[in-house]
Amino acid sequence: MEKGATIKHDPKKSPKTGEWRNVRPEVDPNKCTGCGMCVKYCPEDCIILKNRKNPSKFKKLAEINYDFCKGCGVCAAVCPFKAIKMKSEIK
Amino acid sequence: MNNKLTQKLASGHSTCAGCGIPAIVRTVLAATDDPVVVINATGCLEVTTTLYPYSAWKVPYIHSAFENAAATAAGVETAYNALKKKGKIKKKINFVVFAGDGGTYDIGLQALSGMLERGHNVLFVAYDNQGYMNTGGQRSGATPLGANMETTPTGKFSFGNELPRKDIMEIVKAHHIPYLAQANVAYIEDLRMKAHKAFAIDGAKFLLVMQPCTNVWKFPTSQYVNVGKLATETNFWPLYEIENGKYNLNLEIKNPKPIEEFLKTQKRFKHLLKLENKEIIKNIQQDVNEKWEALLRKVQLSHLSELNR
Repeated sequence: MEKGATIKHDPKKSPKTGEWRNVRPEVDPNKCTGCGMCVKYCPEDCIILKNRKNPSKFKKLAEINYDFCKGCGVCAAVCPFKAIKMKSEIK
Repeated sequence: MNNKLTQKLASGHSTCAGCGIPAIVRTVLAATDDPVVVINATGCLEVTTTLYPYSAWKVPYIHSAFENAAATAAGVETAYNALKKKGKIKKKINFVVFAGDGGTYDIGLQALSGMLERGHNVLFVAYDNQGYMNTGGQRSGATPLGANMETTPTGKFSFGNELPRKDIMEIVKAHHIPYLAQANVAYIEDLRMKAHKAFAIDGAKFLLVMQPCTNVWKFPTSQYVNVGKLATETNFWPLYEIENGKYNLNLEIKNPKPIEEFLKTQKRFKHLLKLENKEIIKNIQQDVNEKWEALLRKVQLSHLSELNR
């Protein structure tokens, strides 16, 4: 095969599937407990649990990467604390 | 992007929004720390992760044709064994096949049977979305009774798919392999446990994982977990494993819901809820009950023979 025929799993060069999205998940930091349910079920692996800047009762907070989030809404559906809300992105 | 979860399959692939396949792939592959080689049959996973000129795979990946994923895996495993014998490879390498239900139940069955019979050290993971979804939703051997698919449309004289599902678990079990299990993407911890178990066993292993398809089953993109959970809660998709011929139930539902609860979440079964199709729902419920009873009997028999030993 000719060299350079495939672009391999380089996230910088990969197509940004975030363009597909028309609803946007937003995490409510007051409700999120950092349980990680959304991380397990997110099909795009675009949620990470970050350490909170000022840890209160909970140490972790879910953060969503909007470069790859397709806006399916699975995270909002599986969240046991209803901490993720889907908001329309259509202007 | 979650760096820990994307070690083997990167983000940026083009599976439909709300598809559970990537969750299955990363959960299964995360269950081992040894290097893996992925062999993929044609299907949703193959067409979405390897769009020319991109590849989402960070592990060695082979796709040859629809029917021979298992045969390809068998060949790769044999070559690995030969190199290991010569001392050229020292590491333990795992071989994982991912195939859809078309590549398992129908087109890939013959190659799968050969691979299981010869007992290659390969884990075969079938994600079952009950149809040929990447070509628009044609009927497959895994499509349940009454589903409205592209090749089994409903109308005045038809209630959809008239043939019952193939029982692939029993077909695979008849090959006397050491480990096979039925899992569900909605119960991801159970799937992780089964993948862990499978990687630890030497020989041919088989995992059948339910994968609710948002596109052809026709439900909102956010609902794959809830629909999958309902399939297990109605006993349509019980979670069990067969280890050396012994059945073991992983989750026993105390008060199973009626099958309508599962059917009404999906538009492919919409016509069944009409009054004139009441009889068909009754048949489906009866079939689910019978299969569940039969499974329970097998589980009890396995426990009894364990006690008598």
